[in-house]
Amino acid sequence: MQTVTLTLVTIIAEPVLEEMLTRELRHLGARGFTVTESRGEGSRDLRAGSLPGQNVRIELIVSPMVARAMLEHVATHYFAQYAVIVFSQPVEVVRGEKYV
Amino acid sequence: MQLSEVFQSSLLSPIPLAFALGVTAKLVRSEFSLPRDIYAGLSIYLLFALGLKGGVELVHAGLTSIARPAAATLLLGCLTPLTTYLVLRRLGRFSIADSAGMAAHYGSVSAVTYIAAVTFTRSVGADPEGFMPTLLALLESPGIHIALAIGAVKTAAPGRATMHVLHEVLTARTMVLLVGGLLIGAAMGERGWSGIEAFYDPKGAIFKGALTLFIMEMGLVAGSRLGDLARVGPFLLGFGVIMPVLHGALGAWLGHIAGLSVGGATVLGAMAASASYIAAPPAVRVTLPEANPTYYLTSALAITFPFNIVVGIPLYYEFARWLAS
Repeated sequence: MQTVTLTLVTIIAEPVLEEMLTRELRHLGARGFTVTESRGEGSRDLRAGSLPGQNVRIELIVSPMVARAMLEHVATHYFAQYAVIVFSQPVEVVRGEKYV
Repeated sequence: MQLSEVFQSSLLSPIPLAFALGVTAKLVRSEFSLPRDIYAGLSIYLLFALGLKGGVELVHAGLTSIARPAAATLLLGCLTPLTTYLVLRRLGRFSIADSAGMAAHYGSVSAVTYIAAVTFTRSVGADPEGFMPTLLALLESPGIHIALAIGAVKTAAPGRATMHVLHEVLTARTMVLLVGGLLIGAAMGERGWSGIEAFYDPKGAIFKGALTLFIMEMGLVAGSRLGDLARVGPFLLGFGVIMPVLHGALGAWLGHIAGLSVGGATVLGAMAASASYIAAPPAVRVTLPEANPTYYLTSALAITFPFNIVVGIPLYYEFARWLAS
């Protein structure tokens, strides 16, 4: 089977950010994404969890270039004030054209 | 009824007791918690029931009798965020974002405090006007909008999210269910109401039972914030108790001037004294991210809410009675 290497971007953020983030990710070139609710603690302690609702984990597969732009976007606009982490890793996918 | 009796009957009623159980469960680190979907379901039921009954009563009341109380309510909705902001900013020396964030909470209203106030006034035989749910809907959003606008202007950061949040506040669960319920209630009238009254009646056993469970969950949430009381500092501790009393007196007084009964003025006082903790927190988190959530969540939920249901509401009732005499 023919596979292509693309980039999986994962963002874990406080729940109020879901709508804003997914809208912006679309704008940056996401063709689709998956959101799951998640739990945990981080360096900001329970601050993110203090609002009702659970954290959201947003995952999407994009080209390495778009992934880079997304990491930068999240870092510039959200790191200072919100509980959020973002990371990327290479993944093998079939039907590579679906994601770019 | 003596003042002490009033306090006793308020303290030994299901609402504060269920709240106390919730807090205690957290204090002893019980694994008990109310499933999130049940909590959401209960709040949908409570708000929709309030709206429906309020709509039915609204038809009876007519527009003329509600005009002045509605004007008083809107005035409160504009004043309470401003007083909160000024007190915190000038006296408390809080940052602009923190003051505006708190103003959004104290300028808006807590529906549960409202229900507790209605239940209390009925228990002492001072039934409030039937159209009170309409006033509740009116008071919900102006405070949040005004406070967020202050924050946006003063921090000179018209957040990209501001418009989005205005939309979100107006279409939030509380508004849709309350306003939607009011419209349905007004449209269907007594005939439609009689068919569903057994389930939705706010004076009925089902409503009161659901409310008790809801309050227990609030006790759990408040209990989990008790540790934060030490972190918010003495100023906010005092603020969470004194500000409701001032807003409560203002609300009861304005209600009295607008022609509300003792029960109605008490409930309007409790509404003005209360702080929102459902609609306001996410709105503030998105538009004023610099504001510290520990401040607004702890003072609204762990200080002002319990204060109002135990001490505040009977106090506003006594004040309203004194005004009327």
